[in-house]
Amino acid sequence: MQLSVWTYEGPPHIGAMRVATGMTDVHYLLHAPQGDTYADLLFTMIERRGKRPPVTYTTFQARDLGKDTAELFQSAARDAVARFRPAALLVGASCTAELIQDDPAGMAQAMRLDIPVIPLELPSYSRKENWGASETFYQIVRTLAVGDSSRPAPRQAGSPRPKANLLGPSALGFRHRDDIVEIAKILAALGIEINVTAPMGASAADIARMGEADFNIVLYPEIAETAARWLEKTFQQPFTKTIPIGHGATVDFIREVAALANVDPAPALNLPEARMPWWSRSVDSTYLTGKRVFIFGDATHAIAAARVARDELGFVVCGLGCYNREFARDLRAAAAEHGVEPLITDDHLEVEDAIAAAHPELVLGTQMERHIAKRLSIPCAVISAPVHVQDFPARHSPQMGFEGANVLFDSWVHPLVMGLEEHLLTMFRDDFEFHDGAGASHLSHGTTKTTPVAEPVAEPVMADIAAAAPVLFASGSVAAGGDVLEMTRWTAEAEAELKKIPFFVRGKARRNTERYAEERGLASISLDTLYDAKAHYAR
Amino acid sequence: MIAAAPLAASQGCASAPVLRERGQREVFCGLTGIVWLHRKMPDAFFLVVGSRTCAHLLQSAAGVMIFAEPRFATAIIEERDLAGLADANEELDRVVRRLLARRPEIRTLFLVGSCPSEVIKLDLSRAAQRLAGAFLPDVRIVNYSGSGIETTFTQGEDACLAALVPFMPAHPAACDQQLLIVGALPDIVEDQLLRLVRDLGITNVACLPARESRDLPPVGPNTRFLLAQPFLGETAQALEDRGAVHLPAPFPFGAEGTTDWLHAAAIAFGVDEMHFRATVAPGRERAKRALEHSRAQLEGKSIFFLPDSQLELPLARFLHTELGMVPIEVGTPYLHRQHMALELAQLPSTTVISEGQDVDKQLDRVRASKPDITVCGLGLANPLEAEGFTTKWAIELVFSPIHGFDQAGDLAELFARPIRRRDVLRV
Repeated sequence: MQLSVWTYEGPPHIGAMRVATGMTDVHYLLHAPQGDTYADLLFTMIERRGKRPPVTYTTFQARDLGKDTAELFQSAARDAVARFRPAALLVGASCTAELIQDDPAGMAQAMRLDIPVIPLELPSYSRKENWGASETFYQIVRTLAVGDSSRPAPRQAGSPRPKANLLGPSALGFRHRDDIVEIAKILAALGIEINVTAPMGASAADIARMGEADFNIVLYPEIAETAARWLEKTFQQPFTKTIPIGHGATVDFIREVAALANVDPAPALNLPEARMPWWSRSVDSTYLTGKRVFIFGDATHAIAAARVARDELGFVVCGLGCYNREFARDLRAAAAEHGVEPLITDDHLEVEDAIAAAHPELVLGTQMERHIAKRLSIPCAVISAPVHVQDFPARHSPQMGFEGANVLFDSWVHPLVMGLEEHLLTMFRDDFEFHDGAGASHLSHGTTKTTPVAEPVAEPVMADIAAAAPVLFASGSVAAGGDVLEMTRWTAEAEAELKKIPFFVRGKARRNTERYAEERGLASISLDTLYDAKAHYAR
Repeated sequence: MIAAAPLAASQGCASAPVLRERGQREVFCGLTGIVWLHRKMPDAFFLVVGSRTCAHLLQSAAGVMIFAEPRFATAIIEERDLAGLADANEELDRVVRRLLARRPEIRTLFLVGSCPSEVIKLDLSRAAQRLAGAFLPDVRIVNYSGSGIETTFTQGEDACLAALVPFMPAHPAACDQQLLIVGALPDIVEDQLLRLVRDLGITNVACLPARESRDLPPVGPNTRFLLAQPFLGETAQALEDRGAVHLPAPFPFGAEGTTDWLHAAAIAFGVDEMHFRATVAPGRERAKRALEHSRAQLEGKSIFFLPDSQLELPLARFLHTELGMVPIEVGTPYLHRQHMALELAQLPSTTVISEGQDVDKQLDRVRASKPDITVCGLGLANPLEAEGFTTKWAIELVFSPIHGFDQAGDLAELFARPIRRRDVLRV
């Protein structure tokens, strides 16, 4: 048994629901107890869908257990097919139904329905949501895509435009809706036709003609890789390996796609919306240099984010991890490249410990890391599912392509600017215009706490602030009794000086100074000790 | 038929046939009760023994609350636990020990059963006894089931409170008659009601659950209890088994509901009628004034309740008798005839009362009857809005303070707001 408060992933049948809900005319019959319908509200509330997910639950209760559940299952199947008239029926069991061993697949097949029935075996006690989505998509493609490995589907020879399938976007996917738009823009510039986008927006008939494409574009390997491998084997369709998140990755992706389609990449490389490189080069971004960033999420987004962080924003990756073990190997490779220990865990307490130990200045993660960062008063941006309702925005906000890179720049830098803003407010807090309670922006309880959180990139930051507002260091007296003096051996003067250091590096500065003093056997810490230590630890 | 009509009209829906349906139910399971119960009992911890689905449900239901060091968690059953039961028991003990070591302030640990734990017949009541040996007197370990196969949404609270009843100390027969208010209420509402009861002159009064999970009130033949919530069938039975006497009353929603509820206690405790009227008059008048704000929006509007919490019948009665709304269908996951008798009698005889659910058929009835407002869960609310129906999501009624005189206006506003919003939007 695993003690758990928060789970990064739902059970595998949630993954199957994401695939079914993304498609247009399949229905999912889920053998499940009363109560499992809670999952509907993930789609109707978080993703704000105006339609119920295409899922019928058998909703068995205690009194049904025994023979009755099989009858319940078959009548639910009959009713669902009659009411919703789907083109294909997915059938499967949730965790409880898995235990009662009713064999939904066998029961549904015995009914001889006049539509394809796709049985799903989703082991709930060993697998999770992403695996469920991947397996479901694979089974759908396997069952419905026309042809088999011995007889590849006839490709339209000499077709005027190369064709590609877009694989992976699903319901409840982090920014999947907008990523598709960006990829479509790139493909249009390259003159490549999109054959089928699946599962999002695809019908059973669309799946059937997937073999007509020349190659596949895998946007989210967590969901699409298994199906892409089968398509490669069956229809000789190669698939893309680059995830176009970030400017550089988008360029690589365009080259990869152009090579697969045998077209000139140039028209897509010069799309006018690629503003990110200039934004990052502009002098305003200089203070981003060397910021320590901790990255956690699904492997695909985390690995892509690490590249953007290092190569395109000039950050230092100080931690990299993912919660989906299926992609642990890829993540380990990426972590090695960044010279950090890979963190592969679905225990949020471990992630919290790792973040606290790494002292990052920015956390990129999921909804959970947002809360961890809030607790530790560290700026944070969300890069991966699971996410809450605010990360299914009304506005266009892709992660992929050039516009996606713009979005990444804005959304990652924004909390840092906020951090700087917050610091300036804190510095000003003793001015008559700013009282102590005026601070908070998004870091609601960050102003009054002196949590030791950040590693000393103190120098560039401080220099930057000093350069921006030199007067700050000269002005403003330090109020007595602001912070509790934990270490009495600090002189009042040194303690006062310490308080002028930005709150997000103050804890580190305090520790470094104390360590420096301890190592030298100094009885008290004076102003000079503080600056001696600073010089000692300067990089 | 014709002869029976006047009788039916005078008794409202008391003897009306109930539409009983079976099919897909779009409801929460009893585990959801943990989300508000743990707020009420700050020294208790709720450990669900279940699957990843259970953990995922709690996370989805608790929303942002999950990050505030909540006092609930799931021991997720894994493949190796399914291999053999002995192993699962050892695993459970290990998890409980680890949990209690981390949270020494916990004084009551609830082991909450789920569908998977019930189906594999993991005996949590035995586990609770076994663990009690190791942790009493510091921690009391209590077991109940919040599984979907046995409980619907608020029935989780019923199962939890019923499990506490055996731990309540005996109320000596020689003592004064005691009033027990049963059902978790927000603290502010509980305080208001306790103030009113004490003003009536009833001084020996207690609540279940108590705010400290270990300070359970006594119970015995001299206990009279009022149900503050309509979903407490099992708890009432358990209290009656210990000799306590239920005071039948409508539930304390609105000016009239709250008055009648308090009146039931006043009669049982021999409170002078004049004193009763004088005591409740200010609150009752305040409630009526507050209701006036929403009356214009709600009067004459039709309402359709899908089953969710068992609050549907009392709320429909309140909206009908105090705000002039017209209930079309009132669905409830479970109908306790006896506890609901006084509510049913006040509903118009045209109302369809339904118990259980076949959600697709019920949605067909919603579409056919075109209610002005539909009360339903969050899985249905946005889809119905997209079809042009105005909805009120039901879960809010369980989390918001809605009982008593001083919440009557807020309660009406919960229903008036979606209608007002529909009218003001120009997009």
